Amino acid sequence: MKIHEYQAESIFTRWGIPVSQGVLVESRDQIKKALQEIGGKDFVVKAQVHAGGRGKSGGVKLVRGEEECFKAVSEMLGSRLVTYQSGQAGREVRKVLIAQTVSIAREYYLAVTLDRQQGKGVVIYSQAGGVDIEETARTQPEKILKKYFDIVFGLSPFESREIAFALGKDTEFVKSMGQIVPKVCEIFTQLDATLVEINPLVVTKEGNLVAIDAKIDFDDNSLYRHPDIAALRDVLEEDPREVEAKKYNLNYVGLDGSVGCMVNGAGLAMATMDVIKLAGGMPANFLDVGGGAKVDQVRAAFKIILQDKKVKAILVNIFGGIMKCDVVAEGIIEAAREIQIKVPVVVRLEGTNVDKGKELLQKSGIQIVTADGLSQAATLAVKLAGKS
Amino acid sequence: MSILINEHTKVLCQGITGDAGSFHTRQMLEYGTPLVAGVTPGKGGTRFDEKVPIFDTVKEAVGKTGVNTSVIFVPASFAADAIREAADAGVELVVCITEGIPVLDMVRVKRFLEGFSTRLIGPNCPGIITPGACKVGIMPGYIHKRGKIGVISRSGTLTYEAVWQLTSRGIGQSTCVGIGGDPVLGSGFVDMLQLFEQDRETEAVVLIGEIGGEEEERAAEFIRARMKKPVVAFVAGLTAPEGRRMGHAGAIISSGSGRAEDKIRILESAGVTISRSPADIGETLQKVIQKVRVS
Repeated sequence: MKIHEYQAESIFTRWGIPVSQGVLVESRDQIKKALQEIGGKDFVVKAQVHAGGRGKSGGVKLVRGEEECFKAVSEMLGSRLVTYQSGQAGREVRKVLIAQTVSIAREYYLAVTLDRQQGKGVVIYSQAGGVDIEETARTQPEKILKKYFDIVFGLSPFESREIAFALGKDTEFVKSMGQIVPKVCEIFTQLDATLVEINPLVVTKEGNLVAIDAKIDFDDNSLYRHPDIAALRDVLEEDPREVEAKKYNLNYVGLDGSVGCMVNGAGLAMATMDVIKLAGGMPANFLDVGGGAKVDQVRAAFKIILQDKKVKAILVNIFGGIMKCDVVAEGIIEAAREIQIKVPVVVRLEGTNVDKGKELLQKSGIQIVTADGLSQAATLAVKLAGKS
Repeated sequence: MSILINEHTKVLCQGITGDAGSFHTRQMLEYGTPLVAGVTPGKGGTRFDEKVPIFDTVKEAVGKTGVNTSVIFVPASFAADAIREAADAGVELVVCITEGIPVLDMVRVKRFLEGFSTRLIGPNCPGIITPGACKVGIMPGYIHKRGKIGVISRSGTLTYEAVWQLTSRGIGQSTCVGIGGDPVLGSGFVDMLQLFEQDRETEAVVLIGEIGGEEEERAAEFIRARMKKPVVAFVAGLTAPEGRRMGHAGAIISSGSGRAEDKIRILESAGVTISRSPADIGETLQKVIQKVRVS
């Protein structure tokens, strides 16, 4: 789960990591009060969306004075921000963070994540912080340093010192950095984060270390034990189809193609997308109905797929194991009777009770094309999507 | 021969009285798996379906029945503890089916297991089957057939698809292992490849990978350096977008790493025969073993 920058900053504050004090506004009439609270004349205005790359896409603006600030915030609120991470449609900006500007002397990068292969935490740090960090990682990977640590023992003070000394020699700097690094690791382990990232972590001209951006992603599987974190979820930042799918325990990811798919199991769902591509088409989505899908889930899955206007054909691929093919067939028939499915549906069933399932589909009289093999099914679906 | 489980395996089910645990215990018993004990704390002294004795602790189950393998169905919030309990009681092989365990819990569990000889498969996996002998998991038994092909996979239904393609062609399997779809796993592809390479019954291996992590890359390294038996692979997720989790917690391309095309290229360069389409896994394997048998 992702959260907003302002929410991550409040977690940083709770842990004693210095952040640039900002105030969140959701409408124009909150700006004046916010500016009084912040004080000063120079401000930075930041769009709060769940997508990185804001700095390079107009989502972060430096402004001077109340009037400029008013203008920048007004323009941002309600607009759609397109970044390299947001997808083509971009994200609607519904919240804006206004903060004091900070006089930057140097910018650092500091992040903690999990190295899944080693099963260890990893602190990633660099003297080359800022908006170009991804470019740096590609072109000068030697500037990005890593230190692995044991999740059970946490980061030792000596390891924090090693990181701090690698980044600078100044005594005050090393001391402050040596305090921030373990706190970032603690947030990571104690809150079950999958990523804690500060980019940039700056040294101000006054010599203070301040986090002027904050990003924390959490492990969805751990949210049951962090109700306060779970409460930070902003469903408006998520694809409404994905939110709807979750209600029915379906795994849905929207994509750009024209062949909708409904599959049981995540691996088979991914493989089905691939086979659609090999057949010359593009999948409109990933959808895993799970191992024990019932009629109402199949119905919900169809509805969600059909909400996508790009979908020109649907491919249902079920390998019945524990889930029996006849039960799936009943679900399809019921869903087809209840909702108007105007695009062609290709169904490929295999496994437990496959003959019974096929027979049910054939007898039902609903417009369904049945296919035998996986590649035949995909070829048919792609062909039908091209026609309609 | 086979790997991990066979006719002599004695199985314990942790979480035997839960929905999934009881359903699959019946399925395993029906398949002929020697499932001889269950554990549900508080229900010790009773019997499951009037047959299988239930114990309060794994230690007790091991002491009284001599089980050497455990299959775990307990809910995600208790699963890490269940794995530790099994290891502590001396269970040799632990298969954790449970999906949704917090990833840092798994990191801690793996650290804990360092002091034990216990081998963990999973979590978030369909389990293991040695066709005709023993099923420790949730896969449909009847699609399998005893034979000489080892199957390893990070997925569930996609494995059934591949196995079905083999069985339909009359090609049987020595053992099929689902290592799981989570980012941190008890055992990896390399552990399984090692066992298959040593197993006298196994003639060739089918490896089914997917986007995310480095399991396939490690497997390629091992195959290049140590394996003589042929390997056929399919890697799912050529069309998966970056940064999106594709159902499995571990199936995610992050910052450009974990892509299907990179994994395919690396496996291919290690001498693995790639099935580009998931529909061709059985056929590809068939061609490979025919070639081996001829030469």
